[in-house]
Amino acid sequence: MKYAYYPGCSLHSTSREYDMSAKEVSTRLGIELIEAPDWVCCGATPAHVTMHVLSQALPVKSLINAKQTGADTMAVCCAACFSRLKIANYHVLNDPGKKAKINRAVGAEYNGEVAVKHLLEILAKDFGLENLKGKMTAKLDGLKVACYYGCLLVRPRKIMQFDDEENPTIMDAVVETTGAKTVDWPGKVECCGASFSITKTGVVLRLCRDILQLASDAGAECIAVACPLCQSNLDLRQPEVNKKYDKKFDMPVLYFTQILGLAMGIDWKKLGLDKHIVSPLKFLKGKNIIK
Amino acid sequence: MKYLLNVKNLNSEFVREIQAESKTRILHCYQCGKCSAGCPIANEMEYKPNQIIRMIQLGMEESVLKANTMWLCASCITCTVRCPREIDIAEIMDVLRRYAFKRGIFPAAVADIPVFNRIFLRNIKLFGRLYELGLIGFFNLLTGNPFKDVLLGPKMFFKGKINLIPERIKNASEIKDIFKRSAEIEHSD
Ligand code: SF4
Ligand code: SF4
Repeated sequence: MKYAYYPGCSLHSTSREYDMSAKEVSTRLGIELIEAPDWVCCGATPAHVTMHVLSQALPVKSLINAKQTGADTMAVCCAACFSRLKIANYHVLNDPGKKAKINRAVGAEYNGEVAVKHLLEILAKDFGLENLKGKMTAKLDGLKVACYYGCLLVRPRKIMQFDDEENPTIMDAVVETTGAKTVDWPGKVECCGASFSITKTGVVLRLCRDILQLASDAGAECIAVACPLCQSNLDLRQPEVNKKYDKKFDMPVLYFTQILGLAMGIDWKKLGLDKHIVSPLKFLKGKNIIK
Repeated sequence: MKYLLNVKNLNSEFVREIQAESKTRILHCYQCGKCSAGCPIANEMEYKPNQIIRMIQLGMEESVLKANTMWLCASCITCTVRCPREIDIAEIMDVLRRYAFKRGIFPAAVADIPVFNRIFLRNIKLFGRLYELGLIGFFNLLTGNPFKDVLLGPKMFFKGKINLIPERIKNASEIKDIFKRSAEIEHSD
């Protein structure tokens, strides 16, 4: 199984552990991820709220570069990049007027020939849940996980074609292949404030408090995420949430790839588990998951 | 009664332009309020999303553009997927911001958000990729908070999460051209 790989800016800086663990897990499963040569930032929210054509042209540039890998599908880990890439492909495939403008801006001919998939879809659908289960050597029985999807993986369904918009289950299914138990909770698709982490930190603290509270009320011991923005808001800002709202959350926020890696017996250092602000190490040792 | 729902108001230049740009049928809104009920930021907004939709219907251009609503929208798309009338409220928020951007309108109360967006985009134009340290530093300087989040910096640095030198793609000049052509296309529209 061969895919072009789009890490995105976060996975090359603030979320290296997502990049590390995604690659470790993929290698173990025989999934080849070839980095798209000279990929470009997707433009994220600042582009789509400022200039429409640019916000489509930047992702398309990376999709065109991905063709050089020879793969027909590009794997993406960051939910925000995934959203921008999927939306650009959607417009190219469904709106000839927009496609013409995008191609003019990029200065190349692109017809939507590279499909975009999130790593969760690749694992659950292309690789298959049963096959995945067979690769888990160190069962995580007894671990209670709240799977947090956030906004951009699932919405809008018309374009993302990913999972149910209000109650997605794909990450739950993937995480449960490890023997861990996922909790039923109402916070799955709430918003963490994402891009406002720096500009409107107060809003992000309020939203993160709600998400952490909902997860802990549902009995979760840790939160699983598939997006670097969700992760850094919930993890990095957790001490501030505690201070502002007089809370004592000590909730590890792990990438689903890190959880899979643990269940495959991959060394925790290779999964970047030492890179979190709310350290999961003591908790994982207590659970006998790591030594 | 300046703002009465009547045929004249419903036909304003403003409503027609926003409707055409967003490709969504604003006049179909029947004010159920679902968009605002699910909006994570409604609490901080001067006018809630459903109110903004009604104000657009009424052609209240100035009040819509002055409100902090669109700038505070987190683009989470909750409103859009829940609207029973299939109105793409999130896209309308984007269109409003782009409409304001083109006209150079930046409400003073939330000016930091468009400032952030500009620095972010300039960053990509220069390097092809985002340089977080530069982004955060520049933003804090320009908005007069040079020490905001300064305690998080060392923590992240020691965990290997901050690049001291920006990553730069090989063909960064290609990206500059994409910026240039996109702007030209946008202005000729
Ligand atoms: S959800 Fe749709 S119909 Fe209901 S108030 Fe909002 S825009 Fe109008
Ligand atoms: S997209 Fe914007 S307006 Fe709509 S629910 Fe999210 S924050 Fe509110």
